[in-house]
Amino acid sequence: MAEKVLMKGNEAIAEAAIQAGCRHYFGYPITPQTEIAAYMAKRMPKIGGTFLQAESEIAAINMVYGAASTGHRAMTSSSSPGISLKAEGLSYIAGADLPALVINVQRGGPGLGGIQPSQSDYFQATRGIGHGDFHMIVLAPASVQEMADLTVKGFDLADKYRTPVMLLADGTMGQMMEPVEIHTPEVKEYDKSWALTGTGMKRKHNIINSLSLDAYELEQFNLNRFERYKLIEENEPLHEEYMMEDAEICVVAFGIAARVAKNAIVQARKEGVKVGLIRPITLWPFPKQALAAAAEKCASFITVELNMGQMVEDVRLAISCKRPVTTCTRTGGVIPSPAEVRAKIMEAAQEGGAE
Amino acid sequence: MDFKRITLLSGHYGSGKTNIAVNLALQLKKSREKVAIADIDIVNPYFRSKDSQAELEKAGVRLICSEFASSNVDLPALPQDVYAITDDPGLTAVIDVGGDDRGALALGRWRDAILAEDNYEMLLVINRFRPLTRDAASTLEVLREIEAACRMPFTAVVNNSNLGPETTAEDVLASQDYAREVCRLSGLTLKMTTVPEQLYPELEGQIEDLFPLKLQEKIV
Repeated sequence: MAEKVLMKGNEAIAEAAIQAGCRHYFGYPITPQTEIAAYMAKRMPKIGGTFLQAESEIAAINMVYGAASTGHRAMTSSSSPGISLKAEGLSYIAGADLPALVINVQRGGPGLGGIQPSQSDYFQATRGIGHGDFHMIVLAPASVQEMADLTVKGFDLADKYRTPVMLLADGTMGQMMEPVEIHTPEVKEYDKSWALTGTGMKRKHNIINSLSLDAYELEQFNLNRFERYKLIEENEPLHEEYMMEDAEICVVAFGIAARVAKNAIVQARKEGVKVGLIRPITLWPFPKQALAAAAEKCASFITVELNMGQMVEDVRLAISCKRPVTTCTRTGGVIPSPAEVRAKIMEAAQEGGAE
Repeated sequence: MDFKRITLLSGHYGSGKTNIAVNLALQLKKSREKVAIADIDIVNPYFRSKDSQAELEKAGVRLICSEFASSNVDLPALPQDVYAITDDPGLTAVIDVGGDDRGALALGRWRDAILAEDNYEMLLVINRFRPLTRDAASTLEVLREIEAACRMPFTAVVNNSNLGPETTAEDVLASQDYAREVCRLSGLTLKMTTVPEQLYPELEGQIEDLFPLKLQEKIV
């Protein structure tokens, strides 16, 4: 077991990426994720990797496209406004069926917004960030340890399904320091016969492209991709359950909001309210089955989010609107307090979740 | 433990400078009349001495800090009041320098005045549980980079080796070899070893120049 070190969430992402075999990082500074780039700038030259500060976020994501085309693990990171700039590149990466990891350490928006933490890019991440029919796998860490672990998992999922993966963190997760164990995972061998590695005059050349001149061919590419999405939805949803065994009220929250929610749940339990938490770890694929199962026994649902209420739509869809779903939200960089969440829980307890 | 008129805290990013600076300023106020803490971090907009504003004001410690610290904008601004530290010889000052060479760059502005007066200590804060300063050699690298950026030499070392809330007395004891090695390689003396206040009774008497720290919390 590796000795624990004290790391910022951003540093944990960077070191875990290196341990997962990533040797190509392309970035552009923006608060609150700049430590990822700073850490890569220090470490990459020492291990024979590439750290490149691009001239813009758009340039960085297209450098990822290029590096990923060669079959190497490549990554970029940014925060909300910078991620919007990467949207076009992500659509091209999805269209070319390339594996890549993109980190979004979210801050308040829209526009330039502010530098305090936020979860308001949920729609952007889970609904198809750019043009065209496509999805990204979206992972939502809730501790510095998970920042590291899900970075490793992100690279594996990207290689396994040939898809862009987004790690959707927030400013708190990026900036907070916690003791963490960094593991060196065994990197599995994935089929990369599609990669641009030089033919050596021994095989037909590979083409990495997202353009199809024939509509039927493009349709078929999309259908094939959605076959893979179906597999992802079947095999990859991840969630954590907390005090759900006898819960009558189900709180749903991810990332930093889930940590606040846990505090509130402990307080509400002391006052005799049977409440638990479902914490989605994959936001796409959304853990629909866990939510649907909870709807069989819970009278009502509350989502806690650092936005105006975005994940609440996925909760309503997952439970087919069987139970009332309310929200406890703060936005613009404000984090809901445990007291606010507790008040919402007590409100739901008094209403008894009647339909 | 004696302190000069000006104490500067510098070191690797995230090594615990701000927490020590606030604790030290509060401690110095007990024996000195006019005490100020100056935050000259131009790199990190979060986790600033401003987070402890209420406690500092209550104790009568003057806080010199950019009005944009811990706000919703990332503006690397320095307040003009920092000049009070070099202009007023009756003031006891703790200067919280930004992390790494980038953060220490701003200090160069006051270097000439501080060196000319020669009543200062510049302390290197070290934590062996930070991934980029795990050993003495890599810590020395950070030391040299900072000295080159602010054009000032360090005068002593503060061993702040900790694992946050999981720090044990054994961790602190085990970090002493590392701190001694940093001192040996740099030629600096060990000024003090800082520990979370709850570990102070357990370690008192076992480590020389032990300084208890109250964890400064970020209010959100």
